[in-house]
Amino acid sequence: MKYFPLIWATLWRKKTRTIFTLLSVIIAFLLFGLLETVDYAFSHPSGGVTGADKLITTNKYSITLSLPFSDLQQIRSVPGVVAVTWFTWFGGYYQESKNFVFAIPIDSDTYFDYHKDEFIVSDAALKDYASTRTGALVNVALMKKYGWKVGDKVPLHSTIWTQKKDGSLDWTFDIVGTFDVKDATQASAQSSTLLFHYELFDEGRSFGKGNVSWFQERVSDSAKSAAIAGQIDALFANSSDETKTQPANDFALTFLKQLGDIGFVVHAILGAVFFTLLFLTGNTMMQSVRERIPELAVLKTLGFTDGKVVGLVIAESLLLCVIAALIGLGLSYAALPVVKIGLQGVQLSPAALIPGIGVAVILALIVGTPPALRASRLNIIDALADRR
Amino acid sequence: MFKQVFAVISMSLQTLPQRLGASSVIVIGIAGVVAVLVSVLAMAAGFRHTLSDTGRADRVIILRGGSDAELNSNLTRTDVDTISNAPGLAKDSQGKALLSSELVTVVNVPKMDTGTDANVTLRGVGLKLTEVRPELKIVSGRMFRPAVREVIAGAGAAKQFRGLAPGSVLHLRNADWTVTGTFTSNGDVHESELLADVDTVGSSLERNGYSSAVGLLTGADAFTAFKDALTTDPQVKVDVQREPDYYAAQSKQLTKTINIIGNTVAIIMAIGAMFGALNTMYSAVAARGLEIATLRAIGFGAFPVLVSVMIEALLLSLIGGVIGAAVAWLFFNGNSVSTLGGAFAQVVFQLTVTRALIVTGIVWALFIGLLGGLFPALRAARLPVAEALRAA
Repeated sequence: MKYFPLIWATLWRKKTRTIFTLLSVIIAFLLFGLLETVDYAFSHPSGGVTGADKLITTNKYSITLSLPFSDLQQIRSVPGVVAVTWFTWFGGYYQESKNFVFAIPIDSDTYFDYHKDEFIVSDAALKDYASTRTGALVNVALMKKYGWKVGDKVPLHSTIWTQKKDGSLDWTFDIVGTFDVKDATQASAQSSTLLFHYELFDEGRSFGKGNVSWFQERVSDSAKSAAIAGQIDALFANSSDETKTQPANDFALTFLKQLGDIGFVVHAILGAVFFTLLFLTGNTMMQSVRERIPELAVLKTLGFTDGKVVGLVIAESLLLCVIAALIGLGLSYAALPVVKIGLQGVQLSPAALIPGIGVAVILALIVGTPPALRASRLNIIDALADRR
Repeated sequence: MFKQVFAVISMSLQTLPQRLGASSVIVIGIAGVVAVLVSVLAMAAGFRHTLSDTGRADRVIILRGGSDAELNSNLTRTDVDTISNAPGLAKDSQGKALLSSELVTVVNVPKMDTGTDANVTLRGVGLKLTEVRPELKIVSGRMFRPAVREVIAGAGAAKQFRGLAPGSVLHLRNADWTVTGTFTSNGDVHESELLADVDTVGSSLERNGYSSAVGLLTGADAFTAFKDALTTDPQVKVDVQREPDYYAAQSKQLTKTINIIGNTVAIIMAIGAMFGALNTMYSAVAARGLEIATLRAIGFGAFPVLVSVMIEALLLSLIGGVIGAAVAWLFFNGNSVSTLGGAFAQVVFQLTVTRALIVTGIVWALFIGLLGGLFPALRAARLPVAEALRAA
């Protein structure tokens, strides 16, 4: 630690150069932080923490094919299944097709049982919802987005479901209450959700009656979920609607994976960034040592060993890279809320930033080693005579 | 004046090899930016290309009103009958309208590289398929037969997904379907799809009705009359669009997203590369301090010195830009990839490094070089002559 002032001083020997180098490295780590968080988000759909006890049962051959509602009773009877609810894609929007609303026709008992302890919703709201046929419970973020108030009547356009009574694609709901999610990491995934009665939906739609897109199950013991999934699928094997049951996280993952090989794109970009960075910082370190050859020779004359000189140069390189990496990663952390706006429904986790420190250390060692070796091999007499 | 400029530039370029290490920082830094920019934008270009090549101005797609996409839409048999009688549709030799009623669904097919399930479009098509879509060509195997569970696979789909070669068997609901052939259709979006007889698909899905209807008009100018006839008919509630308009709308969102991401990443990288360029050029000016001071002392003006530094920076960044664009072209041009398109199903497309993208990349390179060279050039021009000579 006693050499810190010396290292600090040599780092700032040429201020402009150090500042520009620092800025380049900061930018590289800013990109590293942003891209790695996005990649992490796409490979860990729910932030990688929740949902190990949740399964989803879809049609085996196609996610657009539905399952008969009557499967529910059989799924319920599978030992280990503690809650089952179902989902049907409504395809809703408010006024314009860009105003997507994730409207879900639910059965409130099974839905809230499945999502046990995940929502904050008042008993009064639940009571009003139960007594209002056209009632809807709306996420607080969605209420705010369109300036809705409890008591409002809101029309939603479904791109799929026509109403039996008039063939219209427009459905009107009465907002009876709001809900919020407890786990803040799930907030963005639920930010456009509107819940309404499945009963109203199923009776009102002009086709597809009695069919649902998929079933969602919660199991008592997540360690047994694979066996339970197998049992559920066995129930419907060789029926006309065979099923595929998988952990809910895997299901989300197959969706994200379909967007493309995001990991490859991210790592290819970062590869290019760090390849160029090696040259940039490497050049800076090389120049810095080259300019200081007489000084290093003086240090050696004073009795600094070769090893110590190597240490000094490597420490300088480490200081440069690690400071810049910390600033860059910090900036990317600060920028996460902005990225979140661009990627709705994706969970961003700062966990992806931690490997950045390791990358910084490796970078520092690679770019610091050649100039350090050069410094250690220095011949004192030649160096002092300025014969290079 | 020009003689001076010329002399200083040639001198600075001749001494360039001595500063090779530092100069390579500009070249490699900018090559990196341009390679990333061009490759990412090539994705957007390829995707847009595939969708904009789909359809012809004289072909129309009819969906149920308010449905946005085929997968959401639902037409009854009566709707299709009404549509086939609308004016403006081309007719075959027997006087039947060239209209293909289609039923679209997606099936799970594993991806070739990862083996994970992907949504591939299965399109049930009417008997008039080959007349409505003359660009469709069977390149291996044979056409599917109606009333039998047979499908043909698009060339793009056959390359990206497993088990779609002629002769393989595909499961859909409780039945096996045989893949009988592979087709191309001008590299458009249908090459990402599977095609089969619409009524066989309908009976297998237990669906009575269609998703959409695709019709060939007598000419592109027949569109308005055809559309008006259908939209004013109280019997049907449909949206009528020219095919190119429908597919352009499907590509808009994703193209926009890729372009935003590509440009954001490239801008951040460009800022980093600019700092690198500044470093290189400042050190170049420092290394040439004695030379520049000598030139000034024997009567060379400040302007030629400034220009020579700028030219050096621009030349290095041009080299970087060309290398970057070449790397993007060599490694990624023509690479087949697939993504989830606007309609919930996989679209296979090729990365396309267009001439416009290469020009964009080089313009970016020169811009970075310009910014990175400007301040060092000013410093060189303002170098105090006496001091610089004494320091040496």
